[in-house]
Amino acid sequence: MTTALTNRDVDHSPGRSPSTPPARRRPRTRRRTLAWAAFFLAPSLVPLTAFTLIPMISSAWVSLHEWNLISPMSWVGIDNYVNLLGDQRTRAAFSHTLAYIVGYLPLTYIGGLLIALALNAAIPARSLLRSAYFLPVVTSWVVVALVWQWLLNPNSGLVNTVLGALGLPEPGWWTDPTWAMPSIILASAWKDLGFIMVILLAGLQAIPGELYEAARVDGASAWHRFWRLTLPLLSPSTFFVVVISLINGFQVFDQVYVMTAGGPGGATQVVVGEIYDLTFRYGRAGEASALSWLLFAVVLLVTLLQMRGQKRWVTHA
Amino acid sequence: MSRTIRATMRGAAPVLAGLAAIGMLAACSQGSATNSDPDPTTADGESGAPVTITYMNFSANGGNEENLQAIADAFTAENPDVTVEIETVAYDDYFTSLQTALAGGTASDTFELNYENFVTYAASGALAELSDVPADVYTPSLLDAFTRDGVQYGLPESFSDVVLFYNKTLFDEAGLDYPTADWTWADEQAAAEALTGGGVWGDYQPVSFHEFYKTLAQAGGQFFTEDGSAVAFDSPEGVAAATWLIDKSGTTMPTEADGAGTPDFDTNLFKEGKLAMWHSGIWMFGALADVEGLEWDIVVEPGDAQSASAMFTNGVVVNAASDQPEASQAWLEYLTSSQTMVDLRISSGWELPPVADEAALSAYLEQTPPQNRQAVFDALESTVLPPVIERQQEMQDILTEELGNAAADRKSVEDALADAAERINALL
Repeated sequence: MTTALTNRDVDHSPGRSPSTPPARRRPRTRRRTLAWAAFFLAPSLVPLTAFTLIPMISSAWVSLHEWNLISPMSWVGIDNYVNLLGDQRTRAAFSHTLAYIVGYLPLTYIGGLLIALALNAAIPARSLLRSAYFLPVVTSWVVVALVWQWLLNPNSGLVNTVLGALGLPEPGWWTDPTWAMPSIILASAWKDLGFIMVILLAGLQAIPGELYEAARVDGASAWHRFWRLTLPLLSPSTFFVVVISLINGFQVFDQVYVMTAGGPGGATQVVVGEIYDLTFRYGRAGEASALSWLLFAVVLLVTLLQMRGQKRWVTHA
Repeated sequence: MSRTIRATMRGAAPVLAGLAAIGMLAACSQGSATNSDPDPTTADGESGAPVTITYMNFSANGGNEENLQAIADAFTAENPDVTVEIETVAYDDYFTSLQTALAGGTASDTFELNYENFVTYAASGALAELSDVPADVYTPSLLDAFTRDGVQYGLPESFSDVVLFYNKTLFDEAGLDYPTADWTWADEQAAAEALTGGGVWGDYQPVSFHEFYKTLAQAGGQFFTEDGSAVAFDSPEGVAAATWLIDKSGTTMPTEADGAGTPDFDTNLFKEGKLAMWHSGIWMFGALADVEGLEWDIVVEPGDAQSASAMFTNGVVVNAASDQPEASQAWLEYLTSSQTMVDLRISSGWELPPVADEAALSAYLEQTPPQNRQAVFDALESTVLPPVIERQQEMQDILTEELGNAAADRKSVEDALADAAERINALL
């Protein structure tokens, strides 16, 4: 079928039949071009519409109702938003999410950058190490979270065993409200380091070697070369990594669900965890949808601010 | 109008009386009565065309899947036009699956609900009204538990209670006497302290909503006020009950960091002979009977000011959206009252059948282990049902979370209960 379409397209193309009047031909060609565009876009457009756009629009509709998923919805207007904004649980969920981002973002960026710099140098077994650092990225979150839960077990975990042997204090990790979020941050940073590393490594390799040679000729030290050349030229990659990590950070859920389920005592209840509980534990889908839109608004705002701010610090070569 | 449904000690009085009667009769009955098997033929007289109905449940999960399938097969053998497709989901995921399926319009024709969650679903209009129920085959109080505003929305499917399991070998080794029905909290605590050590824990009782409302009753307290308009557990009795639960953690009982609270943790600990006393349900009999070399028995749970045992009951309901309501109800009647079901539940040590015929239960007592099966019925003499409100899950989560705060010393017991009271009152 594809072949037939292609043949017909070729036969009627302007180059092949110059005698056909252009005025009648052009709209048909445009229509055909559009049909082809639709045909090639369909594989991503159809799922995007079915699984993202339509659910988004319907969640906006649901957010204006009270709905327990079973009974018919009843209209409440913007009550859900008003209630959420006044609810201490919402504020707690956002502040836990922010605490996560504040710990997670610098840790993954600096860690990822150090590893990228090391793996960009000519060291032995470089490809093997690159794969090794990327392995956690493609591992299931449930597996990673369970492994870290075991490593950070306050009584029998490997981490506390080592800390104890060194005579250091042994925190309660995920059983202690103070240490529960750091535990999650640690596990998340470990898993996502490889992703940040790959993006930054690609950025590093795109920096032309001549620039470093010129800098050396001018007598720039290694520190100066890093500070004045590498970092500014890496800034587009940095910008990308920060935007992506922030969006992912606001949506943190899997590792929290497996490691602490929001506990202990609600200390790690993040926004998406709250959305999950509202919907599937408490049958309050209206409020959950409203909270999703609040989260969307926050992410959008933060991303717009970053887009605007990037002019000041992102160097486009 | 109060939207609260109270099922405290007072509200449950008829259930208690009815079950106490069963207990005593089961103990002395010689099986004289004959069981009148209800005629489940409502379905096949109808159209004659073969139909398939679906049934979703949690209580067969973890060992009783084959027993449930056998009941379904027996039903189809008697009603060749009706096939039952069973879906069994673990309890932890059950209500998420059910809710999502109902919202998506893909829920099964029939499904299981526990007593605590029945009200939430009946109030939401998700359940079909049942008519011409053969009321006389069921224990009346259990049948009543599945009505709302005078309408029968479900049939009782099973009942069970919680007892104190103990490892006889560990008691023998420590030179201690076995627990008796006269024990109080103090006796249990003394034994637990003596038994803990050398890789063995003395006791296990979860710090949770379900243990709290029961120990509250054991301490002589009330969960709700008399008119049900507010909670009443932030009382001296509440503090005593919460303290009893949380003081075990880390002394005679493993903590969360030891693995407590993870699935099957306590079951495995008891099976491995590393747990001396265990507060658990009679549905564990089947799983424990298979463990070689484990010597165990049961006793009614120790009380404090008074004796009180937790009783649970599960029901089955027809989806309001089902296009096979008659066949569905016929299946549910078979599932909850047939002789096949009674025999299977009794021989397998599953939860008990909800039938009014006491003789049916006498065979249950003749089986071992445990030796002291009579304790299952003795416990029914003073039971407490879970407190139930429409926003059930939120109430349970709040109480479990605040008790957890007290257990981890993040709050005093008094503060934790006061905070829980304030948050739960806001749900009523």
